[in-house]
Amino acid sequence: MHVSRAVFPAAFIVCIGLTLLALPTGVASAASLEPPAGATACSGCHPMSEKTSIKFKIPFTRLAGRDPREIESAMQAFRSGQRPSTIMERIARGFSEEEIHAIAVWLAAQQQQLDSASDD
Amino acid sequence: MIKKVTRRNVLRTGTAAALAAALPLPAFAQGGGPRIVVVGGGFAGATCARQIKLADRKNIVILVETNPTFYACPSSNAVIAGLRDIREQRFNYEALGAVGVALVFRPATKIDPQTRTVTVDGDITFPYDRLVLAPGVDFRWNTIKGYDEAAAEKMPHAWKAGEQTLLLRRQLAAMHDGGLVIISVPANPVRCPTAPYERASLIAHFIKTQKPRSKLIILDAKDSFSQQQLFQAAWRELYPGIIEWQSLSNDGKVVSVNPATNTVTTDFGEHKASVVNVIPPQKAARIAEIAGVADRTGWCPIDPITFESRLQPNIHVIGDAAISGAMAKSAFSANAQAKACAIAVLARLRGETPSPTKLINTCHSLIAPDYGISIAGVYRPVEGQFVDVEGAGGTSPADAPRSVRALEATYAEASYKSITAEVFG
Repeated sequence: MHVSRAVFPAAFIVCIGLTLLALPTGVASAASLEPPAGATACSGCHPMSEKTSIKFKIPFTRLAGRDPREIESAMQAFRSGQRPSTIMERIARGFSEEEIHAIAVWLAAQQQQLDSASDD
Repeated sequence: MIKKVTRRNVLRTGTAAALAAALPLPAFAQGGGPRIVVVGGGFAGATCARQIKLADRKNIVILVETNPTFYACPSSNAVIAGLRDIREQRFNYEALGAVGVALVFRPATKIDPQTRTVTVDGDITFPYDRLVLAPGVDFRWNTIKGYDEAAAEKMPHAWKAGEQTLLLRRQLAAMHDGGLVIISVPANPVRCPTAPYERASLIAHFIKTQKPRSKLIILDAKDSFSQQQLFQAAWRELYPGIIEWQSLSNDGKVVSVNPATNTVTTDFGEHKASVVNVIPPQKAARIAEIAGVADRTGWCPIDPITFESRLQPNIHVIGDAAISGAMAKSAFSANAQAKACAIAVLARLRGETPSPTKLINTCHSLIAPDYGISIAGVYRPVEGQFVDVEGAGGTSPADAPRSVRALEATYAEASYKSITAEVFG
């Protein structure tokens, strides 16, 4: 897991760990961690699985499994206009600092979408 | 022995309905958990079915969709303008079948909220615990006098992608240089309110590069439109003298058509054209009316937190058919609503109430192959309706350099690839 312990309360790590153990496939279920407000919309552009990202040559950054601090600081920079963007600035302004933090944590915890695990 | 239904035999049978008739439902759609039927396999329905199944393989998810092949509307304006192959718009449901969504390729004919059943063509009935309706739009035929299904074969709407897209493409390709193209645009609400102007832009690009003596008139039943300043500035820059926009108050509303002569009539005028594209007024697809979830506006009122119908219990409505306040009807909206709805459906099945969420919409438009603009919004439920989150959202800046327009054009293509990969890939 690309989750840095430093930015999470210990209880949160335990929670994710248990959920993963409970699943036979070892893939985080969408139901394992209720997504915070706005988080699920990101995958309309930013692919969840690496496989999708590669297979369809999608140029948008894959967010799932990324260090939450990176996601958070990028969103803050879009929000303040410090980092130039096309639409991300307009989207980031719709979320508070707390919401951005929660989204970053949730995205970071998404190892991959179950769809890529199911291909056989 | 209970036969295991795999992707292969669902597809080989052509329709899963035959299997449904032969097998008890739990065997037909593996699971053992709650039964969720999704009607409509577009961006909303396909996303929702997939998400609910992925959340827990025990969920029995049945997707009812008329066509085994899906043609995506986003980017189809580029096909019309000869810039793109229709094959890039074509998708199937194999990936949904592979994760265990049961596929029923038949039209839904009846929905009974009391017995909680969906009936499909052939009189096969599927019971549900929760129903998700994502049926898209139907056209209000004859609201424009003379514009019916037969007229659409002569004057294509091309507002549902596929054969209609190709028909409009062929007509433009066959048009003589010097021909007149007319696009008739309805009042809101409509599926993808920006798309008529993207279409006009890309047809103008076709005219400029291949039929330079031709012209295009937009006859609009509105006095303003989404991203109007951006579109009109780009038209002045890229297509001077090619596009004429006639607003409602400038006699822009088409009241009747005559397909035999390719003529359209407004209150005070008449235009005879080489190619006529009529985008008809719309409403939620008929099955919504049959289910009793559409109100007198023709659209479906919903609770913006759960997407539950305000008119019938245990039914959720998402995508173009739903009344979604400030959220425009787009593929991105449909996909975002579907993911939130999937969470709401699962919460409801556990007897819980989902937390209010925020939704995002983004929409890219091409004005030329290397000139893109966008609009984005963030929404939250307030007093039973989606409203804009203040300070967020908006359009591409009016003064952006061409390098930014070019970048947004590449994002238009990338976002199409991305969303179709999530839904169908």
